[in-house]
Amino acid sequence: MSAAAPATDATPRATQGTAWWLRRSTGTALCAIAALYTLAPLIWLLFGVTKTLPELYSSNGFSPSAGFHVFGNIADLFRQDDGVFARWILNTAVYAVGGAAVATLLSVAAGYAFDKFDFKGREKWYAVVIAGVLVPHTAIVVPLYLMAAQVRMTDTLWSVLIPVMVNPFGVYLARAYSSGAVPGELLEAARIDGAGELRTFFTVGLRLMGPGALTIFLFQFIAIWNNFFLPLVMLTDNDLFTIGQGLFTWNSAVGQNPDYTRLVVVGSAVATIPLILLFIPLQRRWRAGLAEGGIR
Amino acid sequence: MASLTSATRLRGRTRAARPAARAGATGGTVRPQRRAGVLLLLGPFFVLFALTYLAPMAYALWLSFFREKFEGVGWEGPQRVFAGFHNYTRALTDTDFLQGTGRVLLYGLVYVPVLIALAATFALLLDSALTAARRFFQTVLFLPHIVPGLIAAIVWVYLYTPGLSPVIDALDSAGVHVDFLNGGGVLFSLVNIAVWQALGFNMVLIYVALQAIPRNTVEAARIDGAGEIRTAFSVKLPQVFPAVMVATLFTIIGSLQLFTEPQIVQSSGNSSVTGSWTPNMLAYSAAFESNDYHYAATISVLIALLAGVLSFVVTTLANRRNAR
Repeated sequence: MSAAAPATDATPRATQGTAWWLRRSTGTALCAIAALYTLAPLIWLLFGVTKTLPELYSSNGFSPSAGFHVFGNIADLFRQDDGVFARWILNTAVYAVGGAAVATLLSVAAGYAFDKFDFKGREKWYAVVIAGVLVPHTAIVVPLYLMAAQVRMTDTLWSVLIPVMVNPFGVYLARAYSSGAVPGELLEAARIDGAGELRTFFTVGLRLMGPGALTIFLFQFIAIWNNFFLPLVMLTDNDLFTIGQGLFTWNSAVGQNPDYTRLVVVGSAVATIPLILLFIPLQRRWRAGLAEGGIR
Repeated sequence: MASLTSATRLRGRTRAARPAARAGATGGTVRPQRRAGVLLLLGPFFVLFALTYLAPMAYALWLSFFREKFEGVGWEGPQRVFAGFHNYTRALTDTDFLQGTGRVLLYGLVYVPVLIALAATFALLLDSALTAARRFFQTVLFLPHIVPGLIAAIVWVYLYTPGLSPVIDALDSAGVHVDFLNGGGVLFSLVNIAVWQALGFNMVLIYVALQAIPRNTVEAARIDGAGEIRTAFSVKLPQVFPAVMVATLFTIIGSLQLFTEPQIVQSSGNSSVTGSWTPNMLAYSAAFESNDYHYAATISVLIALLAGVLSFVVTTLANRRNAR
């Protein structure tokens, strides 16, 4: 890679002092604008939690309420419709943690197998998996629903759990992690010691691929937490709803009960803020995993 | 199988760009124990993959060639009859479908370049010495990725709603009247929601690639007298081209699936967005409001086909550029 850009328009070193400061503050200012843009809706949401319904409409959106209604609002949220919101949180958590855990294990096993074993048609099978990455997910949801309806599985936990246990992109990442983190000699040593292939995978492969597996897990966890279309299509039973679906139902019923606006605002904050706090410390590790996965 | 060939190319390129030595398969003859190992490790994934990816696509394809027909007075209920390309000609002459596809393509035409340009700009800014407090900005810009898409859409629609929105209040008092939820502005309102959500994620994708660039190439440019901006464009960007392409490809496929945001806008009740505003919304309403599963399946097939064609075009263009 030839890096040599012609030096014709280069700034002479002597004048670089002030120019450099000017550019640095421009760069920082641009980032600050982007940060403000990013945070504004979240701040609006945070202040919304402190407000009564009339205040949501009348007061300035970017300032807190004159009173303090956070606890009352949250209590109302969990009391509404016989406390169904707590149920939705639980459903979403089961669905996201369970789905992401299984998807991670299956992806890591498959990526490891693609990397460490030489078998007939390996690259063809791999190409099929990678083609799966490019399939628009929503395009297979409606046919999936029709299939689930044939076997009377719609409106069950499994109808939303099974489809999110598969992540072709995870296989792509896992193959890269396996080739980077698991030395072939170590596997040979385990085999010579008489360990079976599965045992070798669990004791050597999986352990070494731990950091990569965490990235795949976080990826899939967020994807499931964000998934709205699949539960919307599969579920009609209120008790099985995810948070997103539940809030959507409330949001669509604002016409009948204007107070749902307040509950949707409070519910959105309750569903979002703990997740943000949880993810900030994990974020750096996630980024490191992405770098190892070779997306560059 | 356009999507398949392009997928293989995508893999080939990203792999080639990665210099890490592949320990690779151990080669030699495949012992029975090894074969059992492959089956046990790959089997579970492929069973579920077949069940949740291949089978629905095949089923949708099959359904798209049939339709329901009422015999006589229709007392016996509908009969499933072979329909040839009937559903496809219907879709391709259905103004709802054509307009929806047009909207999604227009949306993608605005959204994809804006998002990728912004993501690359901020990734470059955070990679350069031009910005202070880089770690803080990275974390803040990444936050929306963690916010569920539906909640992001709900919050933004509130910010677009007259009466609730401080933005509209502020603009009104400045004498500017905008309607975020009606007319031509809706498209940009939706692009804004999507950019807000995806900017940080795509920025990180490119930033991670930038961090992996050998520093000596950047140093060399600096010694040759290139400034930060010059270095960014002629040295850094060409080296992260594969990451930019992956981000672009994912964004294109994502924008074809546009559903959540317009659905929320539509259900807000004060918008011109209809229930068949995008092909995906049309498929949803065909399946669950008209119970026309054959037509819904046909639209699903067409969306997947469009994604395949676009992926193929993008990767081909990218490969041609790489070959140059």
